[in-house]
Amino acid sequence: MNLEYSNQLLGYRRPDGKVGVRNHVLILPTITCATQAAKQITELVQGTVSFIHQHGCAQVGEDYDQTFRTYVGMGLNPNVYGVVVLGLGCETHQARSVAGEIAKSGKPVEVVSIQDNGGTLMTIAQGAKVAAKMVQDASAQRREPFDFSELIVGTECGGSDACSGLSANPAVGVVSDLVVEAGGTAILAETTELIGAEHLLAKRAVNDQVAKRVYEVIEQMENRAILMGVDIRTGNPSPGNIEGGLSSLEEKSLGASNKSGTTPLQELINYAEPPSQKGLVWMDTPGHDIEQLTGMVAGGAQVVLFTSGRGTPTGSPIAPVIKISTNTAMFENMSDNMDLNAGTIIEGEETIGEVGQRIFEEIKEVSSGKLTKSEILKQHDFGIWRIGPTF
Amino acid sequence: MGVQYKTVMMKPSDNVAIALMDLPKGAVVPVVCEGHQQEVQLVQDIRFGHKFAVKPIEAGAEILKYGEIIGRASSEISMGEHVHVHNLEGIRGRGDKVESRVQ
Repeated sequence: MNLEYSNQLLGYRRPDGKVGVRNHVLILPTITCATQAAKQITELVQGTVSFIHQHGCAQVGEDYDQTFRTYVGMGLNPNVYGVVVLGLGCETHQARSVAGEIAKSGKPVEVVSIQDNGGTLMTIAQGAKVAAKMVQDASAQRREPFDFSELIVGTECGGSDACSGLSANPAVGVVSDLVVEAGGTAILAETTELIGAEHLLAKRAVNDQVAKRVYEVIEQMENRAILMGVDIRTGNPSPGNIEGGLSSLEEKSLGASNKSGTTPLQELINYAEPPSQKGLVWMDTPGHDIEQLTGMVAGGAQVVLFTSGRGTPTGSPIAPVIKISTNTAMFENMSDNMDLNAGTIIEGEETIGEVGQRIFEEIKEVSSGKLTKSEILKQHDFGIWRIGPTF
Repeated sequence: MGVQYKTVMMKPSDNVAIALMDLPKGAVVPVVCEGHQQEVQLVQDIRFGHKFAVKPIEAGAEILKYGEIIGRASSEISMGEHVHVHNLEGIRGRGDKVESRVQ
């Protein structure tokens, strides 16, 4: 089948009916103490992925819940065939509780605990053993046709420059519209980088409650800087953004909001929460690239579009990230990391619509198996948006 | 033959435009946007991606790009001058501007 002439994609159907574009076995450490053993298992067993983090213990309240939701969401992402949940044993984020939630989807889930297995070496052996079985089972599954109504595409910009708002972000806006038109879901995120553009998005909300939520999440984010007594510009825009010509957070936001295209805003969801609607959805995340990426992937995004003006290696352990350069010079300089170039818009060689169409075609290719640069380079970034102190 | 200087202005109501290539001091550059057309003589070098004023901007006045407010002039800005963090301040997320902070 020639994918160019259809919107048909090829993916892996999961027991809960969802469709993945990858078929990973995830070694999921619920506590920082288990991350090194998890990494060792990925080195022993082909087809497994994991990630390093520093969370999972001495967390309370909403902060506990958000971290828990993120772990569970990573396991539930349809790009994951099965999960080996790795715990230490005494942590607040119990491996067993996380595994129990993921298992409700019908996916294969195993729990391995360092304390129960008598230390690191036996844990690695046990984890590798169950993972190896899972990988072989996963390898027997074949891709099957699915369409955009089952695809969630995350959108993100990082390392922005003044071209972001002129080339790559408007092109991603075109893609967002194409995805929504094809029946799919596009996630807009990075609340921080929508400060100053919220009125434009609130106008596109499907109802008053969604519009009200837009102003609420913006106020909460802005108040975090105000309560700290600092100019938010000390952290955002970043030094690289400023070097690239962006002067204020508002300017960056107005460029960033272009990624949302033109369709109505259907709902506003919490960090790492799965969308309940199709169409354009706003997830409340910070502007931090990796925390935002992690939130969208934990919310079920199978593919992510990431625009950058300065260049970035960013990738996810479980979701392909298609990285789009805003200018040609950076695309050539960072060809290891960047998948597509939207700098042709700046040079007048392509229109925003043409680049958008090109990105849309790439989503079809990648969703059906083509690897992105960050996957090839094993850029397995993961970071949770913590909203409370560690105790 | 002169060099073809490339710039972009997002909305006719904007008071800044963007250099689409490195532009030298003294250059007279065209600024065109939806029927609006003018020339601006640059008073300093403007690097690729950076902004310059397309009209004089008073200190404290709002700076517009995309037809929206991107900040306020922290000093008087003349036409053709570089507009960036040295003379444009953000208005949002300014915890440093709050007189009595919530404890």
